[in-house]
Order: sequence, then structure tokens, then C-alpha cells
Amino acid sequence: MSRRQEIQREGLEGPPPEERKRPIGRRNSQGIRIDPEVEAEPEPRRTTISAYVENEPGVLARVSGLFHRRQFNIESLTVGPTQNEGYSRITLVVEEPDPGIDQIQKQLEKLIPVIHVRELDQNPVARELVILKVDGDEPDKVQAITEMYDGEALDAGPRTVTVQITGSEEKIDDAIDAFTQFNIREIARTGQAALARGEEETARVEERHT
Amino acid sequence: MSGEQAQTPQDAETGSGRKEIENGADSVVRALENAGVEHLFGIQGGAIMPVYDALYDSEMRHITMAHEQGAVHAADAYGLVTGDPGVCMATSGPGATNLVTGIADANMDSDPVIALTGQVPTDVVGNDAFQETDTVGITSPITKASTFADDPDSVGTDVGQAFALAKNGRQGPTLVDLPKDVTKGETETDPGDPTLPETYDPPETADSEAVSEAAAALRGAERPVILAGGGVIKAEASDELRSFAKEHEIPVVTTMPGTGAFPEDHELSLEIVGMHGTGYGNMAITVTDCLLAVGTRFDDRLTGGVETFAPDAEIIHIDIDPAEVSKNIEADHALIGDAKAVLDQFADAMVGSPSTESWLEQCAAWKDEYSMDYAAPEDDPVKPQYVVERFDAATDDDTIVTAGVGQHQMWAWQYWTWTQPRTWVTSHGLGAMGYGLPSAIGAKLAAPDQDVVCFDGDGSFLMTCQELSVAVREDLDITVVVLNNEAIGMVCQWQDVFYRERHMASDYPWVPEFDTLAEAFGARGFRIDTDDEVDDVIEDALDYDGPSVVDVHIDPDEKVFPMVPGGGDNGLFALTEDQL
Repeated sequence: MSRRQEIQREGLEGPPPEERKRPIGRRNSQGIRIDPEVEAEPEPRRTTISAYVENEPGVLARVSGLFHRRQFNIESLTVGPTQNEGYSRITLVVEEPDPGIDQIQKQLEKLIPVIHVRELDQNPVARELVILKVDGDEPDKVQAITEMYDGEALDAGPRTVTVQITGSEEKIDDAIDAFTQFNIREIARTGQAALARGEEETARVEERHT
Repeated sequence: MSGEQAQTPQDAETGSGRKEIENGADSVVRALENAGVEHLFGIQGGAIMPVYDALYDSEMRHITMAHEQGAVHAADAYGLVTGDPGVCMATSGPGATNLVTGIADANMDSDPVIALTGQVPTDVVGNDAFQETDTVGITSPITKASTFADDPDSVGTDVGQAFALAKNGRQGPTLVDLPKDVTKGETETDPGDPTLPETYDPPETADSEAVSEAAAALRGAERPVILAGGGVIKAEASDELRSFAKEHEIPVVTTMPGTGAFPEDHELSLEIVGMHGTGYGNMAITVTDCLLAVGTRFDDRLTGGVETFAPDAEIIHIDIDPAEVSKNIEADHALIGDAKAVLDQFADAMVGSPSTESWLEQCAAWKDEYSMDYAAPEDDPVKPQYVVERFDAATDDDTIVTAGVGQHQMWAWQYWTWTQPRTWVTSHGLGAMGYGLPSAIGAKLAAPDQDVVCFDGDGSFLMTCQELSVAVREDLDITVVVLNNEAIGMVCQWQDVFYRERHMASDYPWVPEFDTLAEAFGARGFRIDTDDEVDDVIEDALDYDGPSVVDVHIDPDEKVFPMVPGGGDNGLFALTEDQL
């Protein structure tokens, strides 16, 4: 039985696009329903995310790979052991709109060795360290600036002085600005380490993960 | 062997009749046996040899494939059809890298797959030894978990854990990299039953207040639509979804992986949506005011541009993976949990039904206006859609259809009438050409009592046709239908529309005669050139007890419509090229 005996085939029909019933609303590029009259994209904001993880080979690679792969904007990443053997804390400073910050946390939580993830509130206890190596021509002035920022000279020689400054990200930015007058030769910054303030827990961790 | 309790080495020695565990490889094999694995797909090679040696004594059946890509696609289909992880094996280096496409495919489609890869001995890892590659590094971003086994005593547990992770929660691929000294290393450890790692605890039911609020929203909707994704099938929630939709008279559309979750011959079905979805499905999903989306990740082929996706709809999203909720489309109601459990909760929370009478009339009108059809003038060559329809008519409802990627896949999806879950097996998210034939092999071994038909394109088939040798050797009764337009047809279609008909590297005027090729492999070959041959050849091919290949020379000008261009507006789907 060939198809011609069975059925006439005419092809797709129906009203063309311009004659169809249309929706009235619209979403933004993040898939959020918005008022089409006042189209707005969410603004990125800077925040700190803390992850408590099992010390497993590859966990750092997976975390950093995740940020690259999903195009999350990352400012800094620090990692180090905690008081609990076998567990580390990763602190991330990110700059994303709210949906991105939400998605970062969910994607991190999916990684099997990740035990707890949260966004720290806007005022966490956070510190960063920078080591600066500058020309040693004016050691007194370098020392003075270092003291202004509660820093410490780590190494001084005939040609260079190396100092450390600890503090908030803004303070470190300011300090670096101040040191530019001495010709900064090299900088090493650690990125931010942070804990939640006061009684608040940085990570909710069950007994078995300590 | 399924469900057997963990045994101490003493038990194994005294009673089970299974080989005593002497080394890491034995422990790996025992882990698979404990998990109830019956088939494995793979290829031998230097670094994986200890594991193969341990398999020598196992009841599990190993299917040697022609290429590692075939092994992983077969395992993927096996996992999809059975719901239990399919297992594939390969050696280190090229063996492992050849698995990568299939692992990425399983990851995109949340298919349960375990890959076991050989690795060079740990003392030379990092030295760029022969056939060394950083398998865990390569596969970490495309697996649920990728583990480097470093101890003979725990390697079996690693494999059991990989099995449990692939199967539970949101399913997906896992990999265990097996250095040769670890699999050869002495151990007597029976790993016991697969267990999930302590840090993994997938959600079951959703927050009941959120469910009540969502149920109230759906109850108040005027134009509700249910969107069934692959998660419905993965969660074995098709029955729950069907009865929910029928009880509340809400039309249903499916994503490509969700196809089969709801029967397309039911009046509430608007079939399929997205880039090549039905006109009526895309109309409904565009103007709906409340979308109940279950087990879907709102892929761009489904949504088109997110700005215009269901822009009037309150979105209720049920998913087991919180990261999928509000990833692409913001959910107004996030119901995190297992689709089956949450649909039960949802059904209980519904007080009354939405009034859908006029909405259903509207949907029925669209179904009439935009009914799926293709033009078939008297003097045209064979239309691929017609071949799909005739195969559908000639086979049972539980027939498993596999497909490669391209036009043939879309025609199969559009013109087959899907009525059962786990019958549509293809590469959805990754779009991996070559998936069709190896997946047909995996599907047939998973469901030997069901017919398996593979629709393939000439381009797709040429990528993995060597797996015919496996189908012949294993005497698998599968039918491969090559919808042959001597071209990478989907690329041609895009070139015609978006690249001024410049067919760069997309015409394949040199494709072999596939019927002759099939015979060379020891399969049966058939050829169709005209409409009048279609039904007779279908009958012969299906009757043939063994693998057969039907080379159908189709109309090379036939295109896939309706079509929404990438990033486009689903509601503005084109019915013809002029409308693009």
C-alpha cells in the first residue's frame, strides 16, 4: 500500500507567525519574568562565598574548573585546612548578579566532596594579605608607609625592601597605591579568607564531618 | 546476584562458588556483581588487563565493541532502557579518551553510566608513560564523580560508590580510573553492596508548603500546560504524570528526553516542543499562563530565546537537582525532590481542578490547524517521514527506537507516535552523531524481548557503522534504517537558510552502498528507492532474525519543519523556509 492510496499529503499548514496569538509578557536574559516596559538586567554585586569541603584530591580543580566552565566571575579563591583533619575551607570572592550567586552555590553544592556552601553576609570577618617588593632607595619612607598600614618589613637589602600588609581588600588596594611611589617590583596577594561574624556559623557541619 | 549481602572473604571461600578475591581487580568485579550488573561493554588493552582477567571467572557477560565510543553509547542506552547503570570499560590513554564523547553525552542526558578505565601504574603516573592520560582531569567536568583509585583494599568500594552515585539522585555518568598496580595489588576485600558517599543525600519529597502554593497556582490557571522532561522517565513517574494530567484535564507536552512519558495518542497530548516541536505544542507553551515543568533543565533547544519563553507563565518546576531550578528559566515555585514523590504530593495538594474547557478547545483547534504533515507530490523521491510512519505502523508499541543526530533523528521524533517511556533512545543534549547503532546494541541487550529499530542518517551511520560487526557476532535482532540523503542533512538545511545555500563540507556524494556494506559485515542489507518498496522491505527487514540495514534513498531536498531558529521565539515557529 503506497502512501498515495492511503493519504493525501499536503505539507504543514496553519496561520503564519504574524497571524498568531501572542503572549504579552517578556523575560530578561536570566529567564526572569519582567515588566516589558521597564526592561532591567540584574546588577552584579561582589560577595563572599564559603565552602567547607572534604580534603580530597581534585576538589580544588573541580571548584576552579566549575567557575571557568560556567563563566562565573571570580575575584579570588583561597583554600586551607581547618581544625578538623581531612576538611578544608574554600573562600571565594565573586561578582555576579543575584541569579549567578544563587547558581554558584547550587553548582558548588553538587560537587560530591563539598559538604556545605553559603554566602556570607555583607560584613564577614575577612582578611587578605599582600607581599610587596619595592625599590630599596628610600627605606625610611617605605618603613613609614608600612607602619601607616600596620604592616611589617619582611626583608630589606641594598636594592629592595619587601613588606607585608594585612587587611581588608580596600585597605590592601590603598596600600598598593601608596607603595607605587617606590616602584613596585613584584606583588603576591593571597585573596580573601573569611569567617562569619560572631556566633554565626560559617558552615553548618554535622559531627561526622569534623 | 542483585541485592546480595556483603560477604566476608571467608564466606566467599566457603560458599558462593564465585572466585576468591585475591587482588584489586577481583574486588572491582565483585563490586559489579554485588550491584547486579549483568552486561559490560568494552575493549581490552594494556592497563585494564587485570580487570579483564578477573572477568574471566565472572558470570557477567562482556560485549567486546569495535570502538570505545560504541562501548559507552551501548552502556548509555542500556542504562536508559533498564534504569540501572550501564557499564563500559576501556584501557588507559586512547581507550579512555575514546570514551569521552559518550561520557559527555550521558552527562548531558543524565543517563546512568559507569566507566571503568585502566591507568598506568601509580609509580609512573605523571611521567607521561605509554598510554597515560589524565583521565580524571579530562572527565571531571563531564561526570557526576570521577575517582582515581589508589588502594587495592578500597578500589572495590570506589566502584560500588560509582554505581550508587550513577543510579541515585539525578542520574549521570561516573568514572573510576584504575591504575594497574592497584588492580594487581593484593586484597581480599569484598566491597559489599554499592553505597552512596556520606556527603551525598539527594532530596526525596518537596517542601509541603511550596507544593500547596504551587497547587493553588495551577488550580487558578486558565491556560495550564504540563511539560514532561526526561526526569519523569528517570524517576519512573510516567504513571503519576499521566493520571495527574488526565484527572485535571491539563494538556501535556514533552521535551525530547521526556518523550514517551505521556502517550501521544491521548487527546491531552500536544506532543513535542522546542526547535522542531509541533506547532500546536509550541503555541501552547508560548501562551500558557502556568507551566508545570517536571524533570527538565530548560535546554536552549527547548526554550529558544529565554526572553520569549512562556513569558506569561507562572513556572512550577519540579526537579531533583536544585541547580536546575532557576538556572535558565526562573521558577516561581521551586519543588525540589524526586519527580515521582513530588507528583504524589502535588496530586494530594490539588483542591479541585483548573477550568480548562475553553483552553482545551483552543489547543484542539491548534492541533487541527498545525497538524504535523509533509508535502509528498506524486513524482518526489521517498519521504523520510513516511518511512518512519510505516515502521511505526509495522511494529509494537513497546518498540525501542534509537537514533543518531540530525534530520533523521528529528523526523523519527516527530513522526513516531510515542506511547511508552524508555522507548526513545538518542543523544539529546550533546547531539553526538554516531549514537544510533551502538545504542541499538545496548538497548537490545537490555530488552531482548522488545523490537529495536535504529533510525540513522548516512553521516551518523558512517561514524560508528563498524559496530555492525558486534551486532552480527552477538546475533542481535536489530533493524538499522539509514535515511540516506547523501549529506549531513541538518547542516545543509542550515546552510540553505542561513548561509546562502553554500554547501561547504556537507554533501556526501561518496557514501557507500549501505546494503552492500551490511552484507560485508554479515548482516542483511536492504535498499529502498521508491515508495512502493517501503512496506515490503520493512516487513522483510523486521522478519529477518538478526541485524539488518535498510538503506533508504530519501528525498535529498526534504527538510525538518516546523523550525524555530536558534535563540528564536517558539511561538513564531516557521512552517516553511519562507517564514524563517
